[in-house]
Amino acid sequence: MSTALEQVVTDAPAVEAVPKRAMTLGSGTSLVVLGLLILAPLVVKNFIIFQLTMLLIYGLAVLALNILTGGSGQFSLGQSAFYAVGAYTSAILMETYNVNYVLTLPISGILCFGFGFLFGLPALRLSGVYLALATFALATAMPQLLKLNFLEPWTGGVQGLVVTKPDAPFGLPMSQDMWLYYFTLVITIAIYIASVNLLRSRSGRAFMAIRDNEIAASAMGVDVALYKTLAFGVSAGITGVAGSLGAIVVQFVAPDSYTITLAIQLFLGMVVGGVGWLPGSIVGAAFIIFVPNMAESVSKGLSGAVFGVLLFIVIYLVPHGARQVAIFCQQTVAKYRKR
Amino acid sequence: MELFTNQILAGISTGAIYACMALAVVMIYQAIDHLNFAQGEMAMFSTFISWQLMQWGLPYWVAFVLTIAFSFVAGIAIERVMFRPLVKAPILTQVAGFIALYSIINSSAGLIWDFTIKQYPTPFGSAPFLGSQLISTHQAGMIGVTLLMLLGLYFFFQYTRVGLAMRAAASLPESARLVGINTSWMVALGWGMAAAIGAVAGILIAPVVFLEPNMMLGVLIYGFAAAVLGGLTSPFGAVVGGFLVGIFENLAGTYIPGVGNELKLPIALALIISVLVVKPAGLFGRAIVKRV
Repeated sequence: MSTALEQVVTDAPAVEAVPKRAMTLGSGTSLVVLGLLILAPLVVKNFIIFQLTMLLIYGLAVLALNILTGGSGQFSLGQSAFYAVGAYTSAILMETYNVNYVLTLPISGILCFGFGFLFGLPALRLSGVYLALATFALATAMPQLLKLNFLEPWTGGVQGLVVTKPDAPFGLPMSQDMWLYYFTLVITIAIYIASVNLLRSRSGRAFMAIRDNEIAASAMGVDVALYKTLAFGVSAGITGVAGSLGAIVVQFVAPDSYTITLAIQLFLGMVVGGVGWLPGSIVGAAFIIFVPNMAESVSKGLSGAVFGVLLFIVIYLVPHGARQVAIFCQQTVAKYRKR
Repeated sequence: MELFTNQILAGISTGAIYACMALAVVMIYQAIDHLNFAQGEMAMFSTFISWQLMQWGLPYWVAFVLTIAFSFVAGIAIERVMFRPLVKAPILTQVAGFIALYSIINSSAGLIWDFTIKQYPTPFGSAPFLGSQLISTHQAGMIGVTLLMLLGLYFFFQYTRVGLAMRAAASLPESARLVGINTSWMVALGWGMAAAIGAVAGILIAPVVFLEPNMMLGVLIYGFAAAVLGGLTSPFGAVVGGFLVGIFENLAGTYIPGVGNELKLPIALALIISVLVVKPAGLFGRAIVKRV
């Protein structure tokens, strides 16, 4: 099969180009979503508030992957590793060194940014399947590394660490769950706005130029190596913050919570939400949190099969994810207005 | 020194498993241009079918042939029913489709045959091979079958019309269509062949790792790694890659202190990545030249 002739191909980019304007929501829709997110916890039970908080956290992690894949066109199955580093950073700082939980977030963000940036360097030479394998290796290695003996005084080994749940500050009259929800919401919104602005900035345009055509981008003076590693760093940093929040909300970190399964879930979340469409991240997160539960309630023994079929139906109906639905709605509304 | 040779031998015998799986991986990569994450589960399902046939009293080789025929047809059916409608979807969406297929097959096999570990017979026996304790006759037989399949594939692709058409359809689909090749059916055929090779791999691997719905998980990862290491475009590279991964893994487990069974995989993967950083298309893959 390996002929002497070298194959010449004109590759379509692995990730299709998303127009810049299509990457966000209109301001009206944004306000409605924001309003719903603020009011939701006032009417539901504590357990659902907890689930909503997890939804925001997974949404952040999917958003991070979306910046990497949808923005700069690099593929990663290693997000669970960055999530784990963030979670452990917070847990260790809070439990061993008594650092305030709010302060642990920027620390894990910066730490993960550095980690991701460094990991991005060898990954520069790899793309497509090869990059997937490299990031995959990172994801499989992470739980084992956390279990290493000489790290045990900090990580607690296989047992993991228990994290204390913070109370609402200033004597605010709300439950811990509700406080954590609003805390997470504020951080999620801040990161979301920052990400949208990042993709609209000079750096964001550089990411997208690399995604659409690396050679053309470098010909136009984009420092491909710098921006590719930068995308890795930013994505890892956001994932790290998500991991920290996850550790605080779940109150527990253990190596086996951060296996390759988590990375695959985040990937599915991105696809269902629409690759390169940032608001879709929350839809994708909802899919990976609620659909497995639904599948479980349909049939215990066949929950995997039910999940698979549901996933398949979704990608069959909307191969471009929630973005496709959004664009469809937008067009329908526009048509209606013209009349 | 004896420890070293022994570890290499042990590496070759585990490598045979990976080589087998890597061959199936390369086969599908040739046909559809990406990795099929459900490949291992398809192989596992086929192996269960052959086990069931044997439970019903069929002799080993009859079950073997029937299973391969079944897998071939099932592979084509999966392509036609599930992935043909997705052919225009973005690549990442198709990858999500593979994950869905994985989940469906794994869960159904668990329901039909439950998750208990089952013994699986071998036609080659399990006596030591040529007086060596490390390679049994089964493993030697497995290496033999893998090499035979490799040879068979080589002749198929080099000397038959269908093989030529498949190669054409994989490398330049548009031109292939212009000269009258039905590229869509070539993809289906690739799925069928990959499923059949996967079935052979599963049947050969089952006596070593035992039969259960999650048996392929580890094997598939190593199979991917082997295929990527050898170069995804070369079946020969995949087989060599399989043996190399087996040897890497064993040597890392023996010589690097503090590496238990658990860290073997990450270390093998790290080594493969270092190879890829030097040779991005794999050891035997052809470099792809991009038209700008």
